[in-house]
Amino acid sequence: MPADTRDRNARVPRNEDARLLTGRARFVDDVRLPDMLHVAFLRSDYAHARLRGVDASAARRRPGVAAVYTAADLGDYSKPAPLLVPPPPIPGLVFHACTHLPLATDKVRHVGEPIAMVVAESRYVAEDALADIVVEAEPLEAVGDLEAALAPGAPRVHDHLESNAAAHVVQRKGDYASARTRADLVIARRLLYDRGAAAAIENRAIVAQWDAPAEELTVWDTTQAPIPIRNGLARMLGLLESQVRVVAPFVGGGFGPKIMMFYPEELLLPWAAMRLGRPLKWTEDRQENFHATTQERGQVHDAEMALTRDGRILGVRDRFLFDTGAYDPYGLTIPINTQCTLLGPYDIQHYDSEFTAVFTNRTLVSPVRGAGRQHGVFVSERLLDIAARELGLDRVEIRKRNLLGPDRFPHDHRILFQDSAPLVYDSGDYLPALEQAADMIGYDAFRRDEQPRARAAGRHVGVGIACYVEGTGIGPYEGARVTVEPGGTVRVATGVGTQGQGHYTVFAQIVAGVLDVEVTAVQVVTGDTREFQWGTGTFASRGAVVAGSACHAAALAVRDKALAVASRLLDMPADRLELAAGRVRVRGSSDAGVALGELAAEANPLRGAVRPGTEPGLEATAYFGPDRGSTASGVHAMIVEVDPETAMVDITRYVVVHDCGRMINPTIVEGQIHGGVAHGIGNAFFEQLVYDDQGQLLNASFMDYLLPTATDVPPIETAHRETPSPFNPVGLKGVGEAGCIPTGALFAQAVEDALHGFGVEITEIPLSPSRLFDLLQRGSRP
Amino acid sequence: MIVEVEVNGKRHRRDLEPRLLLSDFLRQDLQLTGTHVGCEHGVCGACTVLFDGEPARSCLMLAVQADGHKVGTVEGLAVVNALSPLQAAFREAHALQCGFCTPGFLMTLTAFLRDTPNPGPLEIREALSGNLCRCTGYQHIVEAVSRACGHPRP
Repeated sequence: MPADTRDRNARVPRNEDARLLTGRARFVDDVRLPDMLHVAFLRSDYAHARLRGVDASAARRRPGVAAVYTAADLGDYSKPAPLLVPPPPIPGLVFHACTHLPLATDKVRHVGEPIAMVVAESRYVAEDALADIVVEAEPLEAVGDLEAALAPGAPRVHDHLESNAAAHVVQRKGDYASARTRADLVIARRLLYDRGAAAAIENRAIVAQWDAPAEELTVWDTTQAPIPIRNGLARMLGLLESQVRVVAPFVGGGFGPKIMMFYPEELLLPWAAMRLGRPLKWTEDRQENFHATTQERGQVHDAEMALTRDGRILGVRDRFLFDTGAYDPYGLTIPINTQCTLLGPYDIQHYDSEFTAVFTNRTLVSPVRGAGRQHGVFVSERLLDIAARELGLDRVEIRKRNLLGPDRFPHDHRILFQDSAPLVYDSGDYLPALEQAADMIGYDAFRRDEQPRARAAGRHVGVGIACYVEGTGIGPYEGARVTVEPGGTVRVATGVGTQGQGHYTVFAQIVAGVLDVEVTAVQVVTGDTREFQWGTGTFASRGAVVAGSACHAAALAVRDKALAVASRLLDMPADRLELAAGRVRVRGSSDAGVALGELAAEANPLRGAVRPGTEPGLEATAYFGPDRGSTASGVHAMIVEVDPETAMVDITRYVVVHDCGRMINPTIVEGQIHGGVAHGIGNAFFEQLVYDDQGQLLNASFMDYLLPTATDVPPIETAHRETPSPFNPVGLKGVGEAGCIPTGALFAQAVEDALHGFGVEITEIPLSPSRLFDLLQRGSRP
Repeated sequence: MIVEVEVNGKRHRRDLEPRLLLSDFLRQDLQLTGTHVGCEHGVCGACTVLFDGEPARSCLMLAVQADGHKVGTVEGLAVVNALSPLQAAFREAHALQCGFCTPGFLMTLTAFLRDTPNPGPLEIREALSGNLCRCTGYQHIVEAVSRACGHPRP
């Protein structure tokens, strides 16, 4: 890869920070428009009920209310939302697409499903009017437990289906059944992972404005995917794509659910704004977020691993259930991620994986940071830990014996990934990462000296070490336009949205590196369809990889143009010129040369002619579409101390060794990892969405749903390794989700190690002090 | 109700509905949108402002309660086109990602550092523990506070 893209002040502070630190950055809820009205939604209190009638007449009479809409008022706009991600072409795959309506008609299927929409002069009045609406509903038995949901005679979430099975998928490689007959040991366990919330601190928000004389719709949306939102709205509202502008300005954290589309509110606000002729705003409150923003993580695995006596994996079989919630507009991305990520960094020749997606009367499920990958890691790492114990092997040693060697890349797993491409690892070097993590945490010394000493003193300390891979940076494509302004500022526009990943800086660094300008001289615009109108969005740890590669290509094209213009101007062959410090000069000379801004002006003359075969200005647009994603990897290790009296866990050390290919800005990479680890610790020990058997969420507030705070997250020691990806010109791999992927498996292993002697085996995540206390009371090892 | 309140040193006199939240008053009536609202029940801390110099959750107060009081928001922190030392430390240490929770952290920390000019790492973490951040894992925020006190690293 060209050296220029990584040297550009690697750890430079971010371009976007000054605006965010002074309160000047614009988030969607900050948008204020003249004559703007405010929206509130009446949502179902029931998880499952038949709707008999909705009477909104009193709400319509309330002073200050401009309109109330129920499903009956939507006419032919009341149709199921589009299926966002059709399933990959896996032979034998069964998938029932059941997407939601903008407003419920005959049935509600989860608490929080919208039933009516009130538009009023203020949010206060709109919420007053919600209380005026009378809903007649007949409650039905709710579907929650995944196994019970599939039992004969279970109540059905979708009446027209024969069961609550939303999908059934089998992927196999090799021949597990025959591999199993050769096994010295088979470890079989039931492993559970429960739901958590993404919990971005900014809730969702939408502002929609219809400019009738201009016939233009503008929508500000906290989405991770402004361009697909624009395209879909145009189609559904009967507008040209060019008549719709979607802006995702500063977005206060995404973590997955903001890629879901279309949320009912996204369908309804633009539609109503066009009818009412006034701008509309809706901002989700935190309680709505707990009920109406997508969630993730409910899975039940029955898995077994077949091994030889010396700890080599012969094969893995996994059968799992996946909770998809009340509807499945996001398809099968999550369980396919689980299916693929289970293979991890290990050489597993025989694999038999089967899952059933299950409809439940719970909030819709779509990817949340990690997106099913942590479940696969949890299954394979837990089975390896148990196998090591049974075989009397060290936990690091059993992993070493199974890692794919550096000579095994590209590694084709012969199954399909979520992007429909074959699951192929591009590059990696796993063993040194494992050794480095073990070394950093002091694994051998801890096991040999510290742990026995602590145990002798009555303290319960343990160490864990877990490996993972992460499929990142998938297609289909992103694009970027790079423009040199006559004043010398370089402008970059790309279609991905940004939610804190530092795109304003890392894209600037890539372009600055190619054009040899200051990073602060590059202004980046993301997430505004007027600025750039092709692309998909920010998901699957792909922003830097895919949009970053497009920025790189566009910058190279601009560099060529600058050299060509300078060549004509200076009457010098282009290959004798170079870019240096924002100017083009004769290679190796100390001439002042010509500034890029001057060349931009020169390339856009008022008189004369732009030569055939050339374009005006110093501007280029480029696209990057990888055939398949690049596979990042890493190893996490931690030391914990557990107090068996209180079941509190103190994380005393946390080490991350990771490999996301070439890094653009290591400080930003570290920030991504820290946040991911904190999220993973939350998932492991603090955060669980607790539903009762009627489908009611019992902890829908930050009082009851505990996010980790600064005193819960330990200092994280990070080491970087760089195995460049051959799948993109810069060698990048994604890192946005990495931090939270192995954390649950690691937590379980370390806590179990600390509680050696209590007979505790941890087979479920999340734990909590009370859950761990239960396990301690009864001992759980089979 | 007629309310007189001083916000970032500027006096405002408004006729307000008694039920209007202080956070909505700041954001909508005064258009000081740097104060963010993350939970509306006083847990996340994104809406933290200084109320007569002390950190307070503006989502848990009514605007009328601010009558006769002084309120400080993030817009009042920077001095003439320059970041305050704390803001600059946040930038240097990469203590913010999406930046949505950041104004609340800055307000909490402004009061904390005034009262505790030379805190240790544990004191810093305690001080931060009333504000939620989903992006950073807090480590770089701890580092920023340390830097703002003149310590290079915690």
